[in-house]
Amino acid sequence: MTAFNPQLDQQGRLKHFLSTEGLNRQILSTILDYAESFAGVGDRAVKKVPLLRGKTVVNLFFEPSTRTRTTFELAAKRLSADVLNINIAASAANKGETLQDTLHTLEAMHCDMFVVRHGNSGAAHFIASQVAENIHVINAGDGSHAHPTQAMLDMFTIRRHKPDFAPLRVAIVGDIAHSRVARSEIHALNVLGVSDIRVIAPKTLLPKNIENLGVRVFHDLAEGLQDVDVITMLRLQRERIKNAVLPSEHEYFSCFGLTEKRLGVAKPDVIVMHPGPINRGIEIDSQVADGERSVILQQVSHGIAIRMAVMAMVMGSAPSEKPGEKAGGG
Amino acid sequence: MRIKINNGHVICPATRVDGRGDVYIADGKIISVIDPMEGFTAELELTLNGQYVCPGIVDLSVHLREPGFEHKATIASESEAAARSGVTSLVCPPDTWPVIDTPAVVELIHQRQYRVDKTRIYPLGALTKGLAGEQLTEMAALKQAGCIGFSNACRPIVNTEALRRALEYAAGFAVPVFISPEDSYLKNNGVMHEGQISARLGLPGIPETAETTAISRALLLIEQTGVTAHFCRLSSARGVAMIKEAKQQGLPVTADVGICHLYLTEIDVDGFNSQCHLLPPLRTDRDKHALLDGLRSGAIDAVCSDHQPHDEDAKAAPFGATEPGASTLEVLAPLMFNLADTHGFSLERILRALTCQPAAIAGLDAGALEPGAKADLFIFDTNRQWTVKADELTSAGKNTPFDNWEMNGKTSHTILNGKVVYEDP
Amino acid sequence: MKSDLDRYLEDHDRHDPLFVGIHTGGVWIAQRLHRMYGSDSPLGKLNIAFYRDDFSRVGLHPRVTPSNLPFDIADRHVILIDDVLYTGRTVRAAMNELFDYGRLASICLAVLVDRSGRELPVQADVVGKSLNLDANEHIKLTGPEPLALEMTTTE
Repeated sequence: MTAFNPQLDQQGRLKHFLSTEGLNRQILSTILDYAESFAGVGDRAVKKVPLLRGKTVVNLFFEPSTRTRTTFELAAKRLSADVLNINIAASAANKGETLQDTLHTLEAMHCDMFVVRHGNSGAAHFIASQVAENIHVINAGDGSHAHPTQAMLDMFTIRRHKPDFAPLRVAIVGDIAHSRVARSEIHALNVLGVSDIRVIAPKTLLPKNIENLGVRVFHDLAEGLQDVDVITMLRLQRERIKNAVLPSEHEYFSCFGLTEKRLGVAKPDVIVMHPGPINRGIEIDSQVADGERSVILQQVSHGIAIRMAVMAMVMGSAPSEKPGEKAGGG
Repeated sequence: MRIKINNGHVICPATRVDGRGDVYIADGKIISVIDPMEGFTAELELTLNGQYVCPGIVDLSVHLREPGFEHKATIASESEAAARSGVTSLVCPPDTWPVIDTPAVVELIHQRQYRVDKTRIYPLGALTKGLAGEQLTEMAALKQAGCIGFSNACRPIVNTEALRRALEYAAGFAVPVFISPEDSYLKNNGVMHEGQISARLGLPGIPETAETTAISRALLLIEQTGVTAHFCRLSSARGVAMIKEAKQQGLPVTADVGICHLYLTEIDVDGFNSQCHLLPPLRTDRDKHALLDGLRSGAIDAVCSDHQPHDEDAKAAPFGATEPGASTLEVLAPLMFNLADTHGFSLERILRALTCQPAAIAGLDAGALEPGAKADLFIFDTNRQWTVKADELTSAGKNTPFDNWEMNGKTSHTILNGKVVYEDP
Repeated sequence: MKSDLDRYLEDHDRHDPLFVGIHTGGVWIAQRLHRMYGSDSPLGKLNIAFYRDDFSRVGLHPRVTPSNLPFDIADRHVILIDDVLYTGRTVRAAMNELFDYGRLASICLAVLVDRSGRELPVQADVVGKSLNLDANEHIKLTGPEPLALEMTTTE
């Protein structure tokens, strides 16, 4: 890791949110604390706070995603920001304009924040390196690299059920190799002090040297789930079978699919998470997905609070004329 | 022009010269090295203070980008950069557009070269038409036009039968085939070394086996076809070991490494540094040391710049969407001389890998300072310190991974064919 | 302060009010008053961090305890309580936030200290003590036990 962290400003405040890697425990905990405050906003008569009034948030999506875009949009609107949704599918028609051209066009429209989803790992870092000083970038998923807000809403969900991170055993099951959620979760869990992080997958779905990220590797589900407090199931993409990474969905489910029976070896109060959308009967059985151990729907609603927290934090790091002045006091 | 270089430290591995003295040049040829010549009248005298006088560098891979990619660089711009570095002969791969698969393209390159006249350019002909890996090119005509060898550049021939036929046919022309060992299936969509950094960055990895299985396949076909083969840009420890073993078995193979791979590793890619997006990829520290050891032991014969100038847009994108390659001509000499200080290499070994050995691989009459030889040489001054500034590179490609690196030494003069083509102010 | 508040509520005919304190000092005062009145409704706590007008300059406060108004506010009389009334900006923010919870019947502002330096047209209905202070003099409530007022002067 280079000493320079593009996510932080000179005062060490969160300026862009690109990855859970390289951020300290205090910043991650603050995100969770803010999210706790924002969680109540949705229950009020007026589901808005005026923090980002007059600011423009651009959802810049180079990859289609209804769920993530919707929660970011709702989060921005609950902060009173104006939201612009731009979907740039990777179609041939758009090839002429470079990513830089697109960014500069949007900058000229005086936007304040880009929420970026892109198919290439490192896209959010690249965009953060290109935008003007006063623009903030939030990574809404880049390639197989990072999906930090998803990881933080998972941390939020874990903390609501199990307030002390240190003694937890957490298992992440499935396509780790192609999962930006898994990478961001692993970093966040490590930073928050979780002592036992496990990844469970067939060898073809595990990146080489994954153990260097501070995880224990299991190829057997029953072994890996032994006494765990938290399970994250990852979505299995169909092309893994087409590309000869796996033989069939059936065999995958029979080896790595989460069923009530398999849940038996975990702690009795285990929680089951899934970043969605769920493939029922492929990575998870409906009985588990809809069962009492599942917190999958809570994750979705926590997603809004987390995204509000992150947006408010990065926007709050705007260059201040008189730092520390207490204009709101009295 | 008659030139006398006074009081240099002449190092020429080909002729085993290593000592202080003068060099005499006339009519484009070297007249005398160290042996004093009474009555020599020089039109130009360069008086040195023990700076190194070396045979001109023979660079086995410089992408000139012309014809076809003039928005990246041109023969004129890159010849200028070559002269500044002390490269007096360079081999350009055939992946221009059009591809060097007809004599017309070779002629075009030569015409441009004569007009610029700052370095000698030796094209490699395409092994297959359009580098498509299917039909053979007219190798006889290409050789006749001036191609010094054949290659499929960085476009591996997937079909093993086609590779066998290409090697077999090329074997009849007594020129080497340059092979960039890469198994395209194993490389797949990879953009960096498959290892701990790719695992973290979520970038698709290129396993070491993408190189080693390709070397292994090629070695067996080389044995079968009897072709003289040169392996371009080794990147892995295993690859070096395989070449070493093949040499011990007496196979007619040689190998080179790009300068970046002797200095950088996968760790330099961290932070999605697209300037370190190279092909073959930068691998581990262990691999880097194995490449250095291979150079020391002779398993690796030559070091080239693997110069790949790019326009700004080529590197300004998310990592996986950027083009691989680095602009390296201007750092080749200083980084090589630096190996003496940092890794205890002898200057003789360093210059061998830059001059006579690559000349022998490419079958060039170059790389030696001896009476009667072409007067291609450069003077290197280890006292001239400078800092690499991407924007100030002479090459049209500003894509350097070495931006802001301190360099201990610089080429002060380059003489091509008895004429000074570059002089550091 | 209690007696002033009693009189005020009587004069204005406001019965069964809700007590809402502004974080942090206002909550401490509100807790005392709430206890004295023995109100049946729970105490409301307001954190105005998301309504501050200096967000774009100083960002979020490092710790934000969530607002907690565990009752329906619509058509109710609210006693809004803070420790020190100074510029008036906090009260402006607090009123904005209150209205986002519903249309209330009325707000009565009760403060422990009313000091000089108002920047907005805001005045308290019930005041514990009025102080005339210079801009470089600051007053702060420390607590929760014991509650004490602390004066500092900056250059």
